[in-house]
Amino acid sequence: MANLLEILQEMYPDVDFATHTALIDDKVIDSFDVITLVAEISDRLDVAIPAEELIPENFNSYAALNALVDRLEDEA
Amino acid sequence: MTNVLQYLEKTMTHIPNPDKPAFIGETGSMTFRQLYHQSRAIGTFLADRGVRQQPIAVFMEKSPDMIAAFLGVAYGGNYYVPVDAEMPPVRIQLILETVNPPLIICDETTQPLVEKWGLPYATQLFSGINQHPISDNTLAQIRAQAIDADPLYVVFTSGSTGIPKGVIACHRSVIDYIDSLSGVLQVGPDTVFGNQSPLYLDACLKEIYPTLKYGASAYLIPKSLFMFPVRLIEYINDNRINTICWVASALGLVAGLGALDKFTPHTLHTVAFGSEVFPIKHFNRWREALPQARFIHLYGPTEATGMSTYYEADRTFGPDESIPIGQPFVNTEIILLDDNDARPPQGEPGEICIRGTCLSLGYFGDTQRTQAAFVQNPLSPFPDIIYKTGDMGYIGPDSRLYFIARKDHQIKHMGHRIELAEIEWVASRCKDIQMACAVFDSDASRIILYYMPQNDATKAEVMTELKTNLPRYMVPHAIFPIENLPLTAGGKFDRLSLLEKYLENKKGK
Repeated sequence: MANLLEILQEMYPDVDFATHTALIDDKVIDSFDVITLVAEISDRLDVAIPAEELIPENFNSYAALNALVDRLEDEA
Repeated sequence: MTNVLQYLEKTMTHIPNPDKPAFIGETGSMTFRQLYHQSRAIGTFLADRGVRQQPIAVFMEKSPDMIAAFLGVAYGGNYYVPVDAEMPPVRIQLILETVNPPLIICDETTQPLVEKWGLPYATQLFSGINQHPISDNTLAQIRAQAIDADPLYVVFTSGSTGIPKGVIACHRSVIDYIDSLSGVLQVGPDTVFGNQSPLYLDACLKEIYPTLKYGASAYLIPKSLFMFPVRLIEYINDNRINTICWVASALGLVAGLGALDKFTPHTLHTVAFGSEVFPIKHFNRWREALPQARFIHLYGPTEATGMSTYYEADRTFGPDESIPIGQPFVNTEIILLDDNDARPPQGEPGEICIRGTCLSLGYFGDTQRTQAAFVQNPLSPFPDIIYKTGDMGYIGPDSRLYFIARKDHQIKHMGHRIELAEIEWVASRCKDIQMACAVFDSDASRIILYYMPQNDATKAEVMTELKTNLPRYMVPHAIFPIENLPLTAGGKFDRLSLLEKYLENKKGK
């Protein structure tokens, strides 16, 4: 199974996810990218991100998004 | 009426409270009184500088100030060319080279950019000229000499040669559109718009001019909210927004991310959507969420000024149905033409052609492409121009117009109209790419680029270069190096086989 980092690196091969912590604030992730990202995470990681988790805090860094995915997996 | 500024002037004579905010943005709002004052100040400033009947670039961050600048340009008897800070510098440069403006109106953010990029144009800060002493006499003289066929704006759209095309529209076409559209949307003084469209597209006419005409108000919704649909719904409700005209993908995003399952934008009573096909499941989801609201499907190309047809979608649609694009606005005619320039039989496909006052003046400085798209009506024995949209459509058994597909490689993505050839042209000018071919996975709404690399560039380097040179909405979602691009028998890129290859790989995952 794919992992989150692979998904992100396919979409943003030019971004260093180890260090970037302002993906939303710096407009790395653009408004309409979120839908692609959520679809990829759902298709390939089998994790559905509910609407109320779609907040900037969960998407600003790889670490934050990964924590969200882990948490949702645990809850499922 | 012969001038769009008369909307504002009439409203100023009878609006109960001229201190009502007309436009509300992220960093500030502007009342009708301020708008009226500041736009006339800018108009007088331009007149005092001797600038008349010229394209004036407005390069600002999306804000009520930018709208005041548009109107100020019109007050001075000029026409505005909106340029957005989110466009890549290359594109901005191409636009400015095309129109060669005597002046760029900037804000504090964009003025340093013009200097940094070394663009050879005079700039003027918005703040300052918006308080220039107004001369009613000068403005009256300008108006007395104006006619309704004078241009109001030039907006740029994707061009298949790589160079964006500037569509010029005149006052008369905008008035024709706004009067029809306002009737269909039932705009009134209590209308509160929630604007989604960028101000550099003709799509924003829908909020700007009806707001002026009726003394309504319009919120310019911060773009970042479209990432976070629950926050977006809160914003709508908090501000009591009741009318939205969004690209279908923005509505689809709210439905697709599940936001409507738990939250309802209950203040909305009118939802217009267009610019691309709206997936039925998302449409039905919206209707369920807002059973009392009116849903209106809009269709039309920039070349025919805003939208050309509408359909009130007042029922649930089945998964295999398509939502009609409906019927033309008042004073607009749609003609279907087949390959022999004749009307196809009832129900058969033809190219959608548009006739009427809505037709724009053509492409700025490009007679050749103007004459290719704006042609003599083959059905008419007298001089009569129609615009050939390149869209195929048919008339259904219900006598309504339906959209089928494009004739060429133009795509609609996130509400933007994009020529795949423009992406390829920009890509092929990148130093790490020899040649490139773009395909569109329409089901997933993703742009894919196959490229023949050079200089041993990594994917990251190629992507960085693409992001620098392409507008954000044109940046491919995935890029794949390929040794040789497949060609068709005719020697063109074989998009079909590349798309098949992509879809197969995707399935394999």
